[in-house]
Amino acid sequence: MKAVRWSIPLAIFLILLAFLWVGLGRDPREVPSPLIGKPAPAFSLSQLHEPSQALSNSDLRGKVWLLNVWASWCVSCREEHPLLMQLAAGKTVPIYGLDYKDDPGSGKAWLAQNGDPYTASIVDRDGRVGIDYGVYGVPETFVVDKEGVIRYKQIGPLSVEALQRKILPLVRELQK
Amino acid sequence: MSCRLLLVVLSAFSFAAGATAMEPPSPDAALEARLKKLETELRCLVCQNQTLADSSAGLADDLRREVRALAVAGKSDAEIKAYLVARYGDFVLYNPPLKSTTWLLWAGPFALLAGGAVLWWIVLRRRALRAPTAASLPDADAQARAREMLDAAEPPGAS
Repeated sequence: MKAVRWSIPLAIFLILLAFLWVGLGRDPREVPSPLIGKPAPAFSLSQLHEPSQALSNSDLRGKVWLLNVWASWCVSCREEHPLLMQLAAGKTVPIYGLDYKDDPGSGKAWLAQNGDPYTASIVDRDGRVGIDYGVYGVPETFVVDKEGVIRYKQIGPLSVEALQRKILPLVRELQK
Repeated sequence: MSCRLLLVVLSAFSFAAGATAMEPPSPDAALEARLKKLETELRCLVCQNQTLADSSAGLADDLRREVRALAVAGKSDAEIKAYLVARYGDFVLYNPPLKSTTWLLWAGPFALLAGGAVLWWIVLRRRALRAPTAASLPDADAQARAREMLDAAEPPGAS
């Protein structure tokens, strides 16, 4: 009886401690996207390098592709850029860039300076397409499958770990 | 009679329609109030503990513009919220919705209160059972009666 008396509060305390401990390790900035498993929102935007040509998501049906949201004003985009360059050189998966709320001139200059990993970049001048994709922290990267369904979203810069553990295995799986 | 009433009602509406059509940019107080309220119920995704109304982040500007455009297009508050939830998830709502993943959040405090009440009742009951009975600690009335009985039982002539 006496054992029960002190073991119940102790158990409650330990459960609370476990919750708080797990909570400490989680990033509050990572808000799970409701778009995962849903069709990628439609867009049709002019391309950064060829403004007269539009690119729409329906053009990309039938292949697995990445949508990387970037901007010339975005500091953490510089952090992930070498990884994107490596990924593009490997030709595993086409990367499409969404130049988010950016001046096309600065966007082009930024790519000329840092290298262009994108199969094509499209310009989202006013951020409308960004809202449709639930973008709130550039850079963000989406994995879209052959049917045009979003399968994964990386919020914040890509890391070697995220690429090797999640994105690349998922891309290979989807490409089968 | 009803025809005249209909005419009055219709003309009232036509006047309102004319008024809004004539001055589209004039600040519509009702719309502004509605937007203001709506913006305080939505979260800014960039600065997470601020509402859309309080935040000066670029994205908050864009979302306020979007909310205004939807409201002007005649969407209801619920439709506007659904539009944002579809893109950003329930997190954009300052009040979490009641659903299967959040029932514990909503019911938890009440469950704790009920649990506390039950515990309190059990403790009180146990204490009552263990407490000294009336026989061992008689009240004043009983003591007086005992005194009487003792007095009566004293042998005559003893005092």
